[in-house]
Amino acid sequence: MTESQLSHAAAAPGAIRLHPTRWIVDLLYYAVLIVLALVMLIPFAWMLSTSLKPTEYILSVTPQFIPNPATLDSYRTLFDLMPMQRMLGNSLFVAIAGAGGQVLVSAMAAYAFARIEWRGREIVFLLYLGTMMVPSQVTLIPLFILIRQLGWVNSYQGLILPGLFSAFGTFLLRQAFLSLPRDLEEAAFIDGANHLTIFWRIILPLTRPALATLAVLSFMQYWNAYLWPLFVARQEIFMTLPVGLAKLQGGPRALTQWNVVMAGAVVTVLPILIAYLFAQKWFVRSVTLSGIKG
Amino acid sequence: MAGNHGIHKWKWVIFFLSPSLIGLLVFMVGPLLYSLRLTLFDWNLLSDPVYVGLDNFKELYHDAEFWAAFKHTLTYIMIYTPFVLLLALGVSLLLNRPLHGVSFFRAVTFVPVVSSWVVVSLMWKWIFNPRYGLLNYALAQIGITGPNWLFDPDTALYAIIIAGIWKDIGFITVMFLSGLQGIDESYYEAAKIDGAQMMQRLRHITLPLLTPTTFFALIISLINSFQVFEQAWLMPEDYARTGTSVVVEQIVNYAFRYNRMGYAAAMSWVLFAVIFAITLVQIRLQKRWVHYDL
Repeated sequence: MTESQLSHAAAAPGAIRLHPTRWIVDLLYYAVLIVLALVMLIPFAWMLSTSLKPTEYILSVTPQFIPNPATLDSYRTLFDLMPMQRMLGNSLFVAIAGAGGQVLVSAMAAYAFARIEWRGREIVFLLYLGTMMVPSQVTLIPLFILIRQLGWVNSYQGLILPGLFSAFGTFLLRQAFLSLPRDLEEAAFIDGANHLTIFWRIILPLTRPALATLAVLSFMQYWNAYLWPLFVARQEIFMTLPVGLAKLQGGPRALTQWNVVMAGAVVTVLPILIAYLFAQKWFVRSVTLSGIKG
Repeated sequence: MAGNHGIHKWKWVIFFLSPSLIGLLVFMVGPLLYSLRLTLFDWNLLSDPVYVGLDNFKELYHDAEFWAAFKHTLTYIMIYTPFVLLLALGVSLLLNRPLHGVSFFRAVTFVPVVSSWVVVSLMWKWIFNPRYGLLNYALAQIGITGPNWLFDPDTALYAIIIAGIWKDIGFITVMFLSGLQGIDESYYEAAKIDGAQMMQRLRHITLPLLTPTTFFALIISLINSFQVFEQAWLMPEDYARTGTSVVVEQIVNYAFRYNRMGYAAAMSWVLFAVIFAITLVQIRLQKRWVHYDL
């Protein structure tokens, strides 16, 4: 036997043996993954199922996954109990304005840090980095006092503005802007363009992925925020969905109407889940980059 | 190159930077300094603030309720952190295998991360309902009488921890996944040539090279879990709260319920100091166990 034949002979039984084990391992992986998916999805399925049940079927000792009879009664009750359209609109407005504002303000600052050279730039940037370490609870109380003194309790600016100026956004976009080559604007300057044109026409279009990442992160934070809007939006007409939803379980706890609460949860979570469905990549990226949770 | 020199340049720096810088000073740096000053005052928002020196901190030192909240927060962290890191590591290893449809499972794992804490809290509160909830029903099927969970001060914290782990697994998992994808293939190829088995490869290549990610995930989850709030605020029944109060809940209560701004501010600085100290210790300790190379 030549050497190549030898190795061939040695490899062949191995290949035959390896193949079925790989199959079995794959199968095991799938089994565990399916269990995982069930653990992740069953709570959502149960929420949806509960929201579709008539009140008298909620407190049943044997849970029923497919509601029979199914009804939209709890959604009707929900919309009667609370100005849901208004809250949905508030949530959308706050999240879109907040995300848009944050991206614009951060991008402008990032441009000043990344594409213009000026004295003291590094020191000011260090100040930015420093603020990223401060937990939000530390500024919560003075911020609330400030908003109160400005008369912004129960206002959109009170809901949006304090979260708008994230040093993190500036940091993220600065990285993206720095990655673009210098000659890009040199040529434009020679053609007589100014900084605003370069910012708007060259830098922003070239860094769309970073902008999208920040926009998604910011949207998600505004959409899911609870603690801040809880104290700023005292009147129902300014409440965002999470604040309204949390109020549903108030009062005597024994009387919590779980089908109505779950209907509220469905309404609150559905828009962000739809957004996630279409922009999955950006959601994952923004959360990984920032280490900030929803 | 017009626009890049002299006074003209400063006009542009001011144009791009001022929205962000002013916002950051007004809504972040100002409140931060104000909060520090506030710790030295007794103020109920209505009458004039009274200077009390370090009395707030002295009172805090003897505040049994605060330390109980601190203990609950620590308990949360001590159970939550190892579980969420280990489970996320396992899940990321599962999801890193090139299987058909693995992206579906990845997407599913991330769904709780994008959902708001209010939704997740209420969803799990319903699942944890001792009488009509899904969980105790499932436990009953295998012959276990489930505890009263959120109705019992002794078990409520565990229910909150379980919900916390469930929500954050996907968040830590994507970190581990990007860490796994960053490991150079050549290590595995070399190991295969040496005949290393799967478990050996995991132990001697994957885990050591994943330590920078593990370190990052550990820091982030410690910082986040010191700030645990929404689930502890929304999930337990009122009479179970003696077993679940957490630090941020105390801050919120003192600021917005008892109107003791200075005292609440002092609490927030203690929290900040603890987070800061623990992060520093972690950064020190990392040299002992984090490998950036093999």
